[in-house]
Amino acid sequence: MKINKFVIGGLLILGAVIFLIANATAGSAQYFMTVDEFNAKGPDVVDKNLRVSGAVIGDTIQYDPQTLTLIFEVAHVPADAPEIETEGGLAEALHQAVNDPTRSRMTVVYVGVKPDLLRHEAQAIVTGYLGADGNFYAEELLLKCPTRYEEAVPDQAGS
Amino acid sequence: MIANLGFGVLLITFFVTLYSALAASFSNPKAFAHLFRSISGARTESLANQLEKLDTPQRAASMVESARRAMLLTFPLLTLASLLLIYLLVNNRFEVQFVYEVTSRSMPTYLKVTAWWGGQAGSLLFWSWLMAAFASLVTLRKWDRDREFLPWVIFVSCFTLAFFVGMIAFYENPFKQFYQTATGVEAYFIQPANSVLFTPEDGQGLNPLLRHPGMIIHPPMLYLGFVSYVIPFAFAIAALITGRTDDRWIRITRRWSLWAWLFLTFGLVLGGRWAYDVLGWGGYWGWDPVEIAAFMPWLTGTAFLHSVMIQEKRGMLKHWNMLLIILTYDLVIFGTFLTRSGVLSSVHAFAQSAIGPLFFTYIAITLVASVALVIYRWGTLRAETEMHSLLSREALFLFNNLLFMSILVVCFWGVIYPLTSELFTGTTVTVGPAFYERANGPLFAALLFLMGIAPLSAWGHSTLQTLGRAAWKPTVLAVIVTVALFAFYTQNVYALIGFFLVAFVVLITLYEYWRGAQARQRSHSERLFAAFWNLTGRDRRRYGGYIVHLSIALMAIGVLGIELFQMETQGTLELNQQASLGGYDVVYEDIARFTGPDGREVTRAVVGIYQNGQYLGELYPRIDYYWDAQQAMTIPGQRATMKDDLYILLVNWEPASATGATFKIYVNPLVNWLWMGSLLFLTGIVIAAWPDKDPEREPVRAGKHVRQVSAAD
Repeated sequence: MKINKFVIGGLLILGAVIFLIANATAGSAQYFMTVDEFNAKGPDVVDKNLRVSGAVIGDTIQYDPQTLTLIFEVAHVPADAPEIETEGGLAEALHQAVNDPTRSRMTVVYVGVKPDLLRHEAQAIVTGYLGADGNFYAEELLLKCPTRYEEAVPDQAGS
Repeated sequence: MIANLGFGVLLITFFVTLYSALAASFSNPKAFAHLFRSISGARTESLANQLEKLDTPQRAASMVESARRAMLLTFPLLTLASLLLIYLLVNNRFEVQFVYEVTSRSMPTYLKVTAWWGGQAGSLLFWSWLMAAFASLVTLRKWDRDREFLPWVIFVSCFTLAFFVGMIAFYENPFKQFYQTATGVEAYFIQPANSVLFTPEDGQGLNPLLRHPGMIIHPPMLYLGFVSYVIPFAFAIAALITGRTDDRWIRITRRWSLWAWLFLTFGLVLGGRWAYDVLGWGGYWGWDPVEIAAFMPWLTGTAFLHSVMIQEKRGMLKHWNMLLIILTYDLVIFGTFLTRSGVLSSVHAFAQSAIGPLFFTYIAITLVASVALVIYRWGTLRAETEMHSLLSREALFLFNNLLFMSILVVCFWGVIYPLTSELFTGTTVTVGPAFYERANGPLFAALLFLMGIAPLSAWGHSTLQTLGRAAWKPTVLAVIVTVALFAFYTQNVYALIGFFLVAFVVLITLYEYWRGAQARQRSHSERLFAAFWNLTGRDRRRYGGYIVHLSIALMAIGVLGIELFQMETQGTLELNQQASLGGYDVVYEDIARFTGPDGREVTRAVVGIYQNGQYLGELYPRIDYYWDAQQAMTIPGQRATMKDDLYILLVNWEPASATGATFKIYVNPLVNWLWMGSLLFLTGIVIAAWPDKDPEREPVRAGKHVRQVSAAD
C-alpha cells in the first residue's frame, strides 16, 4: 500500500507528541490545593512544587521595599464550584473566608515587586514550595480582582 | 425607559433570528426529505415524499428571500440596541447594572463608549452586532452561481446569532436595572412588584488596567477575528448539506478566512503588547488559560489557511479542511466565553454562572452535528489525487496540519489538565508555563523548519536531492550565521537552534524571492525593483505568504531574545544613586506625586539613562492610583531599540520614608523584533488578500499544467 509511509510518519509524529506532553507534564506538574489541603499535608509536601489558592487578608500584608520582601496571609477558600455557589458566588466566598476567624490560614513569603492587584479579599494563586519553617515561599503570584469576576480582568504574574 | 427599550429590541431580535434560521432551513424540504429517506421505515418514507412535494422552486425561493430579509433586519435591530447601550454608558445611567459595573463619572467619554466591550454582557452584544454585520455583508455578494448555499449560510449564521442574542436577552442582559425591594437591592430584567428603581451615585469604573489603548482595540480585534470565522464555517456546512463539497466554498470564503486570521493574529499581538506595557512583569505571554483559549482557534485557523491551498490545487485534504474549520468555529465559541468570564486557572469556575452549561451544550451540539455531516458526506470528500512522495508539497502541508494539531492538543491538554487530573486522581494538578514551553518548543521549531523548506518543495514529487539542490546555498549561509553567533553572541544551544532556523527561513525565502525577481527581470527586461513589484503583484498569494513567513521569523527573533536572554535586577536607590544592568546605567534623579487629569494619583519618577558614560535620555516610570476602583497601575518607563528594550518599573515610594525609591529593571534583548515583525506581518497579509483583477478565477490545477517558480524545478 502506498499509504504506508504516511501512516508510519503520522504514527511517529503521534508518538513524538505523546512523549513531549508526558515529559513536559511530569516535569512541570504542580499540585493545586486549597489552604486546608495544604495545612493538612504537613511535612509531606516540603520542597515540592505546589500551587495554592486562597483569599488575601488585607491587614496581614507587609512589604519591605528595601529588600522587596512581601509577606501576607491567605485564608482558605473552597475550590469546589458548587460549594462556592452555595456561599453566594466567588466574591462572597472570598469575603466570608477573610472574615471568618475559624478558617485556616497560610503565610506566604514572596520576594519581588508587590503586585498592583494585591489587596484585601483578592483571590491569590501562589506557586512555590513549603519551607521548613511552615511558610509558603512563593515563586509566582497570580492575583484576581476581588469584585470583578465577570470581566476579563487580567491577572498579574510576578516571577 | 431606554433600558427597557433596549431589552425589548433584544427580545425582538431573538425572535427574528430564530425565524430566519427556521425559514432558511425549511426553504429546502428536499434536504430533510433526503435525511428522512436515509432512515428506513414506511412513516419516514411517506414523510419524505410529502416534503419533496412541498419543494417547489417558487416556495423555496420565497422562503429563502424571507429568511434573508429577516437576517438583514437583525443588523439595524442590534445596531439600535448597541446605540441604546452606548447612550446609557455615556450618560452615567448607573441604575443599569452594566453601566454601573464598567463606567464611573471620572472616566473620559471615549472610554465610556469603549466600555461597551468592557464587561461580559456588553461584549456579547458587541459580538452579536459584529455577527449580524458580517452575515448581512455576506448576503450582499452575488449569489447567482451559489444559490443553493444561501439558505444554509443564513441558517448557520442565524443559528449562531440566535444563540448569542438569546444568551444576552435571557441571561447576560446588559439592560438589567437595579431595583430596591423589601429584601434589598438587586438587578432584575423586569421590574418586580413593590419595588422602586435604585440609582447608585457612581459606577465602579472600568478596571484601570483596561484603560490602555492596546486594551481598547484588543477585544474588538479578537472578536472581529472570532466572528469572521463563522462565515467560512457557514459555507462549509452549506457545502456539506448541499453536497457541493468541491473547493467552491473555499474560494468564496478565502478572503473572509484571511481577514479573520489577520484580526485574530493582531488581537493576540495587541494582547501581548498590552501585557508587556501595562501589567509590569516584563513579559508578554503567560500561558494563561484565557490566553490559550484565544490562541487555540488561531492554531486551527492557520492550519486551515494553509490546508485549503492543497484542496484548491490538488483536490486533497478535503476531510482535513472540513474538520479544521469546524474545530475553529467551536474553539471560537469556547474562546469567546473563556476570555470573558474571569475564569480561574482551574476551569472549574466555567460552570459557575448559568451560561457555562449553556455554552458547553451549544458547543457539543454544533460539534456533533457538524461532524455527523462530515461523516455523512465522507465519500464526496475523497481526494482527487494520491499522495506519493513524503517530501512533496502536499505531504509537507499535511505535516504542517499535524504539527498545528499537535500544538493544539498540547494547549488543550494543559488547559483541561486540572479537570482531568481531578477526575482521575482526586487531586487537582495544574501545569505552568514551563509545560507549554517544553512541549511546544520542539513543535514550533519544526514549524519554522517547514516554513523554510515548504516553498522549495514541488507538487507531486520531491526528494531530498531536489530539496537539497534548492536549499543548499541558503542553508550553508545560515550555518555560517549560526557559527558567527556562537562565536560572538551566545553559546546557548536552544538559542543557536532557534537562530539557525530563523536564518534558514529568512535566507531561503529571500533567495526564492530573489530568484523569482531575477527570472522576471530577464524575461521582461525590467529593472530589479520593478521586477520585485510586478512579481508580487502577479502572485499576491505566494509572495504575500513569503512576507508573512519572513515576519514570523522576525517575530521569532524577538521571542528568542526575550525568553532566553532577559536580564533583571531590583533594588532601592537613593537620589542620584545608580543601578546597572546589561550595559545601561540607570540613575534615580527625581520623583513627584501629583493628581492627574481624571482624579488619579500619579507617582512619577525621573531616571536618567547612560551607556558607557554617554547620556541617552530620561525615562518616567510611574504608579497611577485610581481612587474609584482602588486600583494601582504600574506603568514602566521603556527605551526601545532593535538591540534590546530597557524596561524600568517604579515599584514603591513613600514620601515619608527618606530611603529612596525602589525600582525593578529589565533588559529584554531583541524584543522589538517581535513588534516590528508583526507590522511586516500586516503588510504581508494585506498583499495576500489584495483583490485580484479577476476575483474568483479558477486556480490552475497542478498536475495538468504547472508553472512552478521554485528552486526545486
